[in-house]
Amino acid sequence: MPKDSGIGAASKRREDVRFLTGTGNYTDDINVYGQTYVYFLRSDVAHGRINNIDTSAAAAMEGVVGIFTGADFEGIGGLPCGWQVTDRFGEAMQEPAHPVLAQGKVRHVGDPIAAVVAESLQQARDAAEAIEVDIEELPAVVDMKAALEEGSAKVHDDLTSNLCYDWGFVEDNKAAVDEAIKNAAHVTTLELVNNRLVANPMEPRVAVGEYNRSNDESTLYTTSQNPHVIRLLMGAFVLGIPEHKLRVVAPDVGGGFGTKIFHYAEEAFVTFAARKLNRPVKWTASRSEAFMSDAHGRDHVTKIELALDADNNFTALRTETYANMGAYLSTFAPSVPTWLHGTLMAGNYKTPLIYVNVKAVFTNTVPVDAYRGAGRPEATYQLERVVDKAARELGVDPIALRRQNFISEFPYATPVAVEYDTGDYFATMDKLEEIADLAGFEARRKESEAKGMLRGLGVNCYIEACGIAPSNLVGQLGARAGLYDAATVRVNATGSISVMVGAHSHGQGHETAFPQVVADMLGIDESMIEIVHGDSSKIPFGMGTYGSRSLAVCGSAMVKATEKIIKKAKKIASHLLEASEGDIELKDGQFTVAGTDKSVAWGDVTLAAYVPHNYPLEDIEPGLEETAFYDPSNFTYPSGAYCCEVELDPETGRVTIERFAAADDFGNVVNPMIVEGQVHGGIGQGIGQALLENCVYDSEGQLLSASYMDYAMPRAEDVPFYVVDHSCATPCTHNPLGVKGCGEAGAIGSPPSVVNAVIDAIQSSGKKDVTHIDMPLSPQRVWAAMQG
Amino acid sequence: MAKLSMTVNGRAVSGEATGNRLLVEFLREDLRMTGTHVGCDTSQCGACVVHVNGKAVKSCTMMAAEADGAEITTIEGIAEPDGTLSRVQQAFQDYHGLQCGFCTPGMVMTATKLLEQNPSPTEAEIRHHLEGNICRCTGYHNIVKAIMAASGQDVSKIAAE
Repeated sequence: MPKDSGIGAASKRREDVRFLTGTGNYTDDINVYGQTYVYFLRSDVAHGRINNIDTSAAAAMEGVVGIFTGADFEGIGGLPCGWQVTDRFGEAMQEPAHPVLAQGKVRHVGDPIAAVVAESLQQARDAAEAIEVDIEELPAVVDMKAALEEGSAKVHDDLTSNLCYDWGFVEDNKAAVDEAIKNAAHVTTLELVNNRLVANPMEPRVAVGEYNRSNDESTLYTTSQNPHVIRLLMGAFVLGIPEHKLRVVAPDVGGGFGTKIFHYAEEAFVTFAARKLNRPVKWTASRSEAFMSDAHGRDHVTKIELALDADNNFTALRTETYANMGAYLSTFAPSVPTWLHGTLMAGNYKTPLIYVNVKAVFTNTVPVDAYRGAGRPEATYQLERVVDKAARELGVDPIALRRQNFISEFPYATPVAVEYDTGDYFATMDKLEEIADLAGFEARRKESEAKGMLRGLGVNCYIEACGIAPSNLVGQLGARAGLYDAATVRVNATGSISVMVGAHSHGQGHETAFPQVVADMLGIDESMIEIVHGDSSKIPFGMGTYGSRSLAVCGSAMVKATEKIIKKAKKIASHLLEASEGDIELKDGQFTVAGTDKSVAWGDVTLAAYVPHNYPLEDIEPGLEETAFYDPSNFTYPSGAYCCEVELDPETGRVTIERFAAADDFGNVVNPMIVEGQVHGGIGQGIGQALLENCVYDSEGQLLSASYMDYAMPRAEDVPFYVVDHSCATPCTHNPLGVKGCGEAGAIGSPPSVVNAVIDAIQSSGKKDVTHIDMPLSPQRVWAAMQG
Repeated sequence: MAKLSMTVNGRAVSGEATGNRLLVEFLREDLRMTGTHVGCDTSQCGACVVHVNGKAVKSCTMMAAEADGAEITTIEGIAEPDGTLSRVQQAFQDYHGLQCGFCTPGMVMTATKLLEQNPSPTEAEIRHHLEGNICRCTGYHNIVKAIMAASGQDVSKIAAE
């Protein structure tokens, strides 16, 4: 029987009511008395030297309150990078300055040159047009391999080259991997592109800066996944505002998918300008502006080689990847192609030898950083494509080849430095075969063929690493932050509870799911518990929401804090019941003396804590509020198997997704409705990457796909209903809830199965020489490959 | 500045707008009805859909001045006055048809109008009808399911093979 409340219940989301009635409070809904509006004049060339900026005419225009350029930020910190990668030779990566407004040069289309603050947005826009900018255009660096050639133009004149780092992992394995590949019975090689994407949360970024001169306090309202991270980075590294004088609020946020993790120039600008002008300053991105200023995702070019022995066992894996950093290092950009990618290259397989090489490259494009999955989709895509290609080359069943090489014993230490605690890859594959109805595929293929269509089936596995931690380890790997999280459980006198959490909900439903956990632990109704998040002045210092970490990390902190509450509440109850503390049991919101009918209710105990007339004041303090910080001892490792079935029109190259099935192992699940929704959304984005989405620059660095007219977002007709299952659960062994995280799995697990299915469809027509097509598999690309 | 008056969610309102003021700007900034959202600048995303004189309209494609005298319903006017959700709104909650909530007002307005015109749409008809509404969170699964459920169709068998 499904539960109707607590852990495991599909509780309906309480946040939905405000979203469904238009009463949500998103950042653009916030208007502050006396506010001004900023418009950013952005570079329309990819690379150029700024000779002069003349703002005199603009400054005289009606409504203009202030105009700022890079010169106003001399001596002020630039945007910091939160992760320092050490290269193969033990050297630190090259780390260029990232000014808030361009200084000296512009380095990508969209790089902000000047900011006009005016009484209205229209006035700011009009004045920006009157700014005269003299830019000497320089050759643009767009292609990554060309960027590394001798004599290439340099994105940053003060760096030695466009190479950010050349990373090898595990460097000590390299010689053995090379040797194993040389001596292998079979080597499958694949060169592929992981296409550049734009995360595109439906809410564009917004920032409102406010300054209160009476107490010298700044407030930033911003569309962020992690308000405390922004407060720390912006306060300490950019503007020099002490944390107790800086409040960062991320209210309702309309999706993030990674792109709202990072600290952006516009946030720093509105906070800075509000202080300078003593007026609130508001910025709302247009969608076109979002395309040229939000951090992009993916953009890897990879060569992968898989070695197998004569019995088809994987013996070694070698990859070489070029990873685009764009023009500057976004907040966590260096970690994505390295520690979030290289560590996942074992996938679900017991390949004994692995070597990963990554060259991170600066180009005159928008910075690239984490997007849903962040490194793990890139790892999964290349691995699951090369395994599929190997199966085709060897003439064996792709599922059987995977099963033969599955890791089967846990814990399992991979050759790429991580230890999987639990998993059962056979179980998820069995489940997939069932829910995808693989047995019925041949009949469905015949039906398609009878209509003149091709039908293909593609399968892949994935492994994910969520809740990146522990802090002392990630510190050694270059993280300039801790990766714990925190929760404060504040029990009120009448028994209701506010839980202040460091995690941030921008669609994940924390306001519903987190209370389910606390309600379960205390045996009280979920409706008595409220989640407070997103305001640095209300919540304990937490790292926010990304990397599928919220429940595994912040949820664990919440459990620890609730355990402290229970401990203290039992002490109070034992006093009220005149019994020994060890005899007190808490069940269904009642504290009972074991083996008796003596009990006090939750509300009696909470009231006693705040009205301590009959209370052990000599032993414990009044009140009932506890905080816990939780730093995980390991990542969590969700895994699964996905299947995509496509129909392909050989006349046009058009691919339609006919069926999609996903069998995931997320460990324990708190709210299955929310979990399934996360998987659906991830699959939708994965299908988008595989078939539709592509961020395109021309050779001069012009962004050609800067609107929804040019960047193909998945729409309702592009996707089918998905069959999802999460019943194969091997709980995480090292967090108190046994949860693994589910936010990114769909986006990680889906692109390879789509591409595998299309290749299967094409090969079913006899065209065996079509072994790969780069994403997105547009009709044009598919048709051209079939003609080839 | 031209003077305008219109009826929004049954209430007579008036204001002033320059010739280039969009209806969505007038609703959000002048009337402070922030339930209608702006997700793009090319009339693609549909987060701003409202009903104007009985038709679903992207309020970013219409000037405020063009709406002078119009009868307008926004997301704030869809639930009953006592707060009871409409059947479309309720189905979106029941079937988890929203996550971040940003596209939701437009989705609800589009779906509400669809069901007025086609009381029992097929899955394909719903997907086609949503071509002007982009959602980035749900992969559309639960939006389509919610609309089918709101139309009274049995959705218990969807994708449960």
